[in-house]
Amino acid sequence: MTKKDNGISFNLVSRQKFQDLSSEEKLRFILKEVKKGRILVLEYGLTPTEQTSLIENTMKEIEQDTFIGVEMEGYGEDTPTFLQKLFGMGKRPRMTMIGPADLVKTVRKDDNMIQTKIIPGRGAK
Amino acid sequence: MGWFGKSSLSSIIQRVFGKKHAKIGIYGPPNVGKTTLANRILRDWTGDIMGSVSEIPHETRRAKWKKDVKIENGNSSLTMDIVDTPGIATKVDYKEFMNTYGLSREESRRRAKEATEGVIESIKWLEGIDGVVLVMDSTQDPFTQVNVTILGNLEARNLPVLIAANKIDEDDSSPATLKSAFPQHPVVPISALTGYNTENLYSTMVKHFSKKRRKKRR
Repeated sequence: MTKKDNGISFNLVSRQKFQDLSSEEKLRFILKEVKKGRILVLEYGLTPTEQTSLIENTMKEIEQDTFIGVEMEGYGEDTPTFLQKLFGMGKRPRMTMIGPADLVKTVRKDDNMIQTKIIPGRGAK
Repeated sequence: MGWFGKSSLSSIIQRVFGKKHAKIGIYGPPNVGKTTLANRILRDWTGDIMGSVSEIPHETRRAKWKKDVKIENGNSSLTMDIVDTPGIATKVDYKEFMNTYGLSREESRRRAKEATEGVIESIKWLEGIDGVVLVMDSTQDPFTQVNVTILGNLEARNLPVLIAANKIDEDDSSPATLKSAFPQHPVVPISALTGYNTENLYSTMVKHFSKKRRKKRR
């Protein structure tokens, strides 16, 4: 992982940005950013299938001394209402946080809040 | 292609009458007791065991399976191919094996490398299974991303899932938390270590995995 700047970088990624990308492009984008030491907050998260692929791709990219994997937390998918189903809308992914596992750690998660912390001594190099 | 188009006769019979044979994967994060449960199932129904267990995470780094394990429940039964899969994780840090479990640097790095390959193998196995026993540690927070991701993936495929709330022999276990966290799936509290309530698990497996349902193809 390379960190060009001092400090920790949080990138808030809009729904529109991801709408234009294929699943493969999204995963490539996420891993590239996370390997640079950036923490991403996705407005519109990944589907469970994409999350599974992200885990698989992460395992392929692990480099033992520089990249140990990702920390990922998000809320379950939104279930569409009856009307939305009528108009063909399926389940929608919700906000998701993804960051380098050596930098960010989930402290607690429930239905309403995801609490994370930056691991002391990391990031601000 | 005959009368039944692309569907085989056996798959049509299964859709109508339910399953008599199913490939069942035992999934979950590392160190929740997947192999302990696989060993318990095999010991109870075949007299065999699946693999070694350890308190060090990622002890199982290759999927192991046992074919034709017949589990009975009163007058009904289900023959299963049981697949014990490596724990699924989003990160693998070899330093954890050194610092927490005292393994040598070389052993830790080897274990970490094999663990990453194991996670990939587990995910690949998801493609070919008919149902999942998702093992969760009832002493831990159930809302981990790995649990949520596996469940979401299986729901998207319409695969039947049974949650084994393991380690209820431990003082701080809370199977009720798991039940309230995942009300859409059957949750069976068990101790794979002592065998407590595994009879209930077996009867639920036979009932739940025998049901007729249409698997979504991805």
